[in-house]
Amino acid sequence: MVAEKKKEKERLFHLVKRNDIEPWKKWIIRIASVIIAALLAGGIFAVVAKDSAAFGGFFKEMWKGSFGTQRLAYVFTSDWAILMCISLAVTPAFKMRFWNIGAEGQTLAGALGAAIILYYLGGKIVEPVVILFMFAAALFMGMLWAVIPAIFKAIWGTNETLFTLMMNYVAIQLTNFFVNLWTRGTQTTMGNLGNGTIHGILGIPYIQNAVIVAIVTIIIFIYLRYFKHGYELEVVGESQNTAKYIGINVKKVIIRTMLLSGVICGLAGFLLVGGSPTPTINAELVAGRGFTAILVSWLSKFGPLAMIFVTAFVVFLQTGAKQGSNTYHIGASSAYSDIIVGLFFLIIIASEFFLNYRIKFRKKEGK
Amino acid sequence: MLVFIKSAIRFATIFLFGSTGETITEKSGHLNLGTPGIMCLGALGGCIGASLYMESLGINAEIINQTEQVAAAAANINGFAAILLCILFAMIFAGAGGLIYGFLTITLRCNQNVTGLAITTFGAGITNFFINYVDRSGFNYLAAKFTAPISGSDDWFSTIFLSHGALVYTAIVLALVVAFVFKKTRVGLNLTAIGENPATADAAGINVTGYKYTSCVLGGAIAGLGGLFYIMDYLYGSWEYAMEDLGWLAVALVIFSVWKPNWGILGSILFGAFYIMPSYVDVSFAAKELIKMVPYVATILILIFTSILNRRESQPPAALGLSYFREER
Repeated sequence: MVAEKKKEKERLFHLVKRNDIEPWKKWIIRIASVIIAALLAGGIFAVVAKDSAAFGGFFKEMWKGSFGTQRLAYVFTSDWAILMCISLAVTPAFKMRFWNIGAEGQTLAGALGAAIILYYLGGKIVEPVVILFMFAAALFMGMLWAVIPAIFKAIWGTNETLFTLMMNYVAIQLTNFFVNLWTRGTQTTMGNLGNGTIHGILGIPYIQNAVIVAIVTIIIFIYLRYFKHGYELEVVGESQNTAKYIGINVKKVIIRTMLLSGVICGLAGFLLVGGSPTPTINAELVAGRGFTAILVSWLSKFGPLAMIFVTAFVVFLQTGAKQGSNTYHIGASSAYSDIIVGLFFLIIIASEFFLNYRIKFRKKEGK
Repeated sequence: MLVFIKSAIRFATIFLFGSTGETITEKSGHLNLGTPGIMCLGALGGCIGASLYMESLGINAEIINQTEQVAAAAANINGFAAILLCILFAMIFAGAGGLIYGFLTITLRCNQNVTGLAITTFGAGITNFFINYVDRSGFNYLAAKFTAPISGSDDWFSTIFLSHGALVYTAIVLALVVAFVFKKTRVGLNLTAIGENPATADAAGINVTGYKYTSCVLGGAIAGLGGLFYIMDYLYGSWEYAMEDLGWLAVALVIFSVWKPNWGILGSILFGAFYIMPSYVDVSFAAKELIKMVPYVATILILIFTSILNRRESQPPAALGLSYFREER
């Protein structure tokens, strides 16, 4: 015991939690971490491609992959819209410290709801009505997937992280079930489900998703900042006891917030099916965005406006890394984009430490 | 039926390694959602170890077409040494994944969920990408050593209990040992104390940081063996991208077994049975997908029941998911 205490005293430095940090320092730390990650990513790329010129080429390819042609820019926009939508969806729950990692499943459930309507009603009744039904079904399914864990959390305190994680796979298997049912087990993905899609707005193709998501962004921003609901969920996140003390019905807030999360995830699911020129459904439709969205939301510090840029940055990394690995023929391109995105996330997450803590070095002469 | 049970036990090994490792990590209060990625890293590590071993015997992509020469070289494979080397490499790689997770969540006190998810993305990406660069020629010879049964006879007892490769027994023994350590030793008790309330454990003089690091690294290393088993035993040295999904099932199994690795043995066999059942029963393709849903639904039900019953023994560690900072009030 005594020996241990001595060791404590000899420590070179100790950590101090800091509550406020100057904005410019914040940005220097963040930008530095992004630069470090970018250098590492480029370095790995050059090593793998066995070509030192690939280091610079990598960044050029990344740009080309995202905005090189008009079509790529459209793809970029719609990818942005979906990821942004899911990130917005998980944000209110995270502010409440409800660790919903089931956005993947909630979105897929929404997409499945839309696809079911499209499969059974598409072409039989007029398109606007089909779209309306799809919209309703998607929102309902997304909501259902989110509210079930929320109810159990609110009433019995069931661990929400693990519950929502499992719900992901229930959604995936349910999707596989329907795809197999419709294709009689011949395919793992549905072909083009045909009509029942929203095509562009004002003659600009592929833009509809981005427009809808932009509106949702504004709504969520206002909801979180200026509405009583937004404040209540923040209090619940800070301290449930405080919330109870000032008369907030914690259970109601948990369920209500997850309802909102689920509905927005459902909307993302609807956009994945109905917002695509060739609507389809398969278990891989969400493609891990539900998990990426969690990272995006957290990195944006749950702020909808910062999220716009963080999302764009992440989509840029993903599409860019894919393009880069295709151009230099270094194999599995989606795996490579996973590496790059994972690397950036890890380094940026690590940099958060320097925002929250200060390292205090011990002065040599004691006190 | 016998073959079915045998395959279920074999498949269960993937989950068992993963969940035993994850349980160790979770006991210290760290929910490592990076386990799927770490299991992938284990597969990559094992693969590299195996490749180095094969290279040392002179088997590589250049001579793989000269069948006789390869077969002659493959006769020199020392099963015990090869498996041990693979285990070592798998544990080093997966342990490194656990170490990154540990460093970020213990020392830098980052959010555990976010860090874990990033590790999963990163680990799965690295594995799926670099595994194609590893020279996997002649792995079928090596895989034969992994799958070599204790007894080849086909009565029911041998089929169920003695027909598996070395790693299957390793997994079961490991789960029992870990369960014993949790329940009967001081180390296990200390670990549980940290998972329940790190501040109290710290006050009692337990080295919280040391325990947490050990459990993250060791947990990662053990989970990585699941990846090694998957590639070398289950897939006979080839590779499929399904590792990540299996990793999530391993995380589910931790809950299913209510943080007790000895229950995890039975749980993993049950999970394995449901996972492979679709290829043994004659139902429509759609119904097969519903059967695959069972492990997840069962886990949800267990989660709900344990929370409703609210028995103290079957709860998650109380400090699960929270970082510990000594100077915080």
